[in-house]
Amino acid sequence: MINTTFLTSTLAMLQDGHAVDTHAPAVTHAATQIAEVGTGPKWILLIIGLPFLTSILCGIYAMIGNKTKLPAWTVVAGSGIAFLTTLAMYMSFDGTPYTVHAFDWIQVHFSSEGGDKSMIANFSFYIDTLTIYWMLFVTGLATLIALYASEYMSHDLGTSYCRFFGAFGLFVFSMACLVMGDNLLMLYLGWEGVGLCSYLLIGYFYKKPEAVAAAKKAFIVNRIGDLGLALGVYLTFVHFGSLEYAVLFNDPTLLGYIESAKTGDFSAIPRMAQWIPLLFMVGAFGKSAQFPLYVWLPDAMEGPTPVSALIHAATMVTAGVYLIARTYPMFLTSEYALPIVAWVGTITALLSATIAMAQFDIKRIMAYSTVSQLGYMFAGLGVLTPTGGVYHVLTHAFFKALLFLCCGAVMHGFAGQLDLRKLSGLRSVKGWGIVTLGMFIGCINLAGVPFTAGFFSKDTIIAEAFVTPGASMIGWILLFTAGLTAYYTFRVFFRVFTGPVEYHAGEEHHGDDGHDFHPHAPGWAVNSVLLTLTVCSIAASGLYFVGGNKDTHTKHYAQTMVMASTANYESPYSKHAIHAAHDSHDPNAGAGPRGTIDHELSMPIIGGDPHKVMYYVSAVFGVVGILLAALLQGPKGWQGLFIGGRTNAAECRMDPIARMCGPIPKMAENKWYVDEIYHMILVTPLRIISHIFHWIDKLLVDGLVNIFGFLPRLLAWILKPSQSGVLQGYAVSMAGGVTILLLVVFVIILQGGVA
Amino acid sequence: MDHLLHSTQLAQLAFPEAVPAVTMAHYLFVSAAMFVMGLVGFLTRKNMIVMFLCTELMFQGAGLALIAFGRHHLGADGQTFVIFVLCVAAAEAAMALALVVLLFRHKETLSAQAWKELNG
Repeated sequence: MINTTFLTSTLAMLQDGHAVDTHAPAVTHAATQIAEVGTGPKWILLIIGLPFLTSILCGIYAMIGNKTKLPAWTVVAGSGIAFLTTLAMYMSFDGTPYTVHAFDWIQVHFSSEGGDKSMIANFSFYIDTLTIYWMLFVTGLATLIALYASEYMSHDLGTSYCRFFGAFGLFVFSMACLVMGDNLLMLYLGWEGVGLCSYLLIGYFYKKPEAVAAAKKAFIVNRIGDLGLALGVYLTFVHFGSLEYAVLFNDPTLLGYIESAKTGDFSAIPRMAQWIPLLFMVGAFGKSAQFPLYVWLPDAMEGPTPVSALIHAATMVTAGVYLIARTYPMFLTSEYALPIVAWVGTITALLSATIAMAQFDIKRIMAYSTVSQLGYMFAGLGVLTPTGGVYHVLTHAFFKALLFLCCGAVMHGFAGQLDLRKLSGLRSVKGWGIVTLGMFIGCINLAGVPFTAGFFSKDTIIAEAFVTPGASMIGWILLFTAGLTAYYTFRVFFRVFTGPVEYHAGEEHHGDDGHDFHPHAPGWAVNSVLLTLTVCSIAASGLYFVGGNKDTHTKHYAQTMVMASTANYESPYSKHAIHAAHDSHDPNAGAGPRGTIDHELSMPIIGGDPHKVMYYVSAVFGVVGILLAALLQGPKGWQGLFIGGRTNAAECRMDPIARMCGPIPKMAENKWYVDEIYHMILVTPLRIISHIFHWIDKLLVDGLVNIFGFLPRLLAWILKPSQSGVLQGYAVSMAGGVTILLLVVFVIILQGGVA
Repeated sequence: MDHLLHSTQLAQLAFPEAVPAVTMAHYLFVSAAMFVMGLVGFLTRKNMIVMFLCTELMFQGAGLALIAFGRHHLGADGQTFVIFVLCVAAAEAAMALALVVLLFRHKETLSAQAWKELNG
């Protein structure tokens, strides 16, 4: 549904000649952009306001003790109207970014050394193609997943149901603030908002200790990243004097930096400016679960599955990608930022793919796969294809939401069973056809089977890695990871959905005994959402062929959307000029004179242009991965096509091979002990230090205070016996005192008085 | 004033043996004696009324010294002061006796030792 609208609107836009970007070169365009950024219609505020309103309504429902599905319908309606409004915004967009002002928020004027300055961060929204692109799938998926959740959460009707949908609405609101805000402070507001909602929803089952621990872990790990982002925002203001996108990205200083970065001269760019992208990067790594801050995301699967699908797969975790895409001009000004982003993304992709291969919990496999795919997106941003990264965000959002929702349907139907050793042949169980179909479509997308959306978006990234000088190692690692991805994806599919029918109820089954357990197939809400997402996932591949723009030399829809936004870096300059800039600080890539590296000649792989060869190479990797999965994990003689040997749910041909590999599979199953290592090198020392500080506080600080409190008591204890209660005693001491005083005076007088 | 001074000196000059000189020291001695008697009485006796009387004795001893000093300096200050002290002492005596009556009602005894529990 969503994607057909995408297509028609894109086509309509092209026919009307509403090209997303103008013909004018972007530098001159940029110089005049401040004047050009107009104000938009106020009805766009509905996208922000409605989710917030639904959240408040859910709170009111909880107060009046609603026990129906009303909260779900409220959120579905709110998100749905927000989606339609986004669509209307998209239809009426004419290519010029504009802002919509809601109300004044922070306006501080002050004078400093450099003259009068002002810090302006209004509650207003910046609409350009990137915003629209993001909001379309955020609100669309939110609507679908809220509909799914209306059925999925129905066992919890009442206050908890209201709580769930309240947080859900608040999440959509926060995400809208993050994506649509017209300044970095609004982005930060949304950033913290989605973090809060993520915390609330991971800890939804707050009586379960694992859920509470996971919620805390997510929150604390995110704080580390958020600190980086906050410092980055601060540094941006200090250095560029503005936080508003419209001003910031047209700042002559910033444009000057990019000019010098193009020539490879980074020494002209102050250190302070080069730090900004590095700090933003830390924030992005935290929110988007990149190494070394990825550990919270797999644990976040303790939350309800719709939450995993929406927040921890499709939308919130892509906020880091959004941040980097949005502030892409700043990333170009740093010598190290983009290479680090690329390498961290690559390492994350490989590491979490290896972990995913050895897990048995299907939801966790999907979680690690999300981390891995986010790694691809970061690698894409890092190797100078924000297009690839952003396109992968969209395709991944659809197929990963679909995969999660299928896993959720399985979990829901089999009383919480997620272990792939205890589920088999669901394909043949009555009522699970749509889930099987959805899972299959999701899996072929994730595995990168040719002509799927995931195939095209992943290829864009990998091909660009081979084109970018010095990054071919990244390309090879990503290719290898693509093979691993195909393997672990179809490991789940072959084991859970094919083979002999066999299932065991999960922990949530409370029947008399395990034998009369009957899985309950998903209802209409779940099935319709799964079908819609299946169609969307298939349709997303169509976006690779439509929506190109001849004027701006863009080839497909995502590229058109990205290149007309602030993530654009190419069109003002000669093609691949930035590649040359990278070349200059990369000793490995010395081919060709600076700035003239040609696409076709730059990094030939297997004797051809990477962009074309990559289709075949990555297809081979994907298919080999799937065949391996079929061989090792597939059922015995499945329709005569595969030669797998699994006859029951628990065992497969992989097992003897795994046994031969020694401790490696066990280590991968234990996530390479990363959690334990973190615990050892971070948590334990922190705990020891905090204990030391605790005792310092208790002994030194409290001790000092206590001594001052104790001194008067000691004095009183010494003098107490003199208060005998005998009247004469007091009189004697008084008379004695007077006498002694008199004697002293007498002696002084005898000695001649005081001089 | 001059006349008074004159007549005293005259009397001393006229009868040096018959009228021993009543000097300042004499007054002060009497005053000190009264004070010490009062003090010793206060310290040694247990009966609260007697103790109270002793304080009065100390009062009057001090008052006598004041008058003597006033006479010595030929001023009216000392006497005035003592008149005031007497007034205050009269009021205080009324209060103190009332207090003693109350204390007696509590313990059925006049001994100051009975209130020993008011210790620190």
